[in-house]
Amino acid sequence: MKIEILGTGCAKCTSLENAVKQAVAKSGKFIQIEKVDDIMKIMEYQVVSTPGLVIDSKVVSTGKVLSVDEVLAFINA
Amino acid sequence: MWYELSQKFIYNFVGLEGKLADAGHFFIYDTIKIWFLLITIIFAVSFLRTWVNTEYVRAHLQGKSTLYGHVAAAGFGIITPFCSCSAIPLFLGFIQARIPIGVTFSYLISAPMNNEIAIAMLFGLFGWKVTSLYIGFGLTVAVLGGWFIGKLKLEKEILMDVKPLDTELQATLVHLTFQERVKEAWSYSFDIFKKIYLYVLLGVGIGAWIHGYIPTDFIARYTGEGNPFAVIIAVLMGIPMYSNAAGVMPLVEVLTAKGMLLGTALSFMMAVTALSLPEALILKKIISLKLIGIFFAIVGSGIITIGYVFNFIL
Repeated sequence: MKIEILGTGCAKCTSLENAVKQAVAKSGKFIQIEKVDDIMKIMEYQVVSTPGLVIDSKVVSTGKVLSVDEVLAFINA
Repeated sequence: MWYELSQKFIYNFVGLEGKLADAGHFFIYDTIKIWFLLITIIFAVSFLRTWVNTEYVRAHLQGKSTLYGHVAAAGFGIITPFCSCSAIPLFLGFIQARIPIGVTFSYLISAPMNNEIAIAMLFGLFGWKVTSLYIGFGLTVAVLGGWFIGKLKLEKEILMDVKPLDTELQATLVHLTFQERVKEAWSYSFDIFKKIYLYVLLGVGIGAWIHGYIPTDFIARYTGEGNPFAVIIAVLMGIPMYSNAAGVMPLVEVLTAKGMLLGTALSFMMAVTALSLPEALILKKIISLKLIGIFFAIVGSGIITIGYVFNFIL
């Protein structure tokens, strides 16, 4: 599994990245985390409000800082 | 009820008198009232927002007529969240969907101006009449300003090469259960409240001090009819105050109560929310300085005109 965090370096994006890291640690699974700050790549995902969350190339959330539990729910879904 | 309670507390319980009592009573009453209203209104707005996100707005505006686009973009600005950190993906994403640059600006003007904090503060301090005037004028500036920028043919001022999408975007509303919407709206309201409650306290505190100590004719002389440049100065002063809308608005209320003209106050508050330096700095990465200058000049003069027209009519 691969999780990407889309964002151009704002405070909210960092908060989401931290939530993702904690959720991954909690899940105990082997998951690759990548921070995407290239605007062109963000646009390829059709995301216009950051931060965005992408799991295995599928956009699951935009414009929101998710809680650790919410990210965990996506991981286990 | 709050009014009597805080009055009793200050005059009978603490036993203060005179100017200090006036200021203290005002401080307690206003803080509690505004905190309460802030949470209520931000909750209501963010609840509505759980249906619509910026991706929906983009898909909805794609391929629409220019006139409809300006009006709809300005309207969506009220109910969608906006963070200046999202300005770049938003701007480029709209261009990518072949939404005209003018329509994009209508949205970019309206979204920060009609943010939930400004609306909640206005409603709590000035009541629904001034709030509707603010929103109404805000939408007017957004529609006309965007239309004007669109007329100037400034597409070449975009510094990044965006490949237009050849597909039709699907406009889908966000699917969530009722409980999820309530939960999301609540956690969002709580987050915002944590961020701004101190500013409100500070703003109301300074306001209370002005209320109790600064004589009315002093304020009226500098911000009222006696100063023909008041609107322009107010707008210029509003530009660097973006992040502190919550702290600034209680001050404006007190100044208005003491003789500042309402048009001047409206212009000032619009400048605080719509013209933000951090947003300009972020946009500078993707659009030319010339376009940012034009954007500020058009919005600024729109706001100034509204202030003067309003002062003149009332």
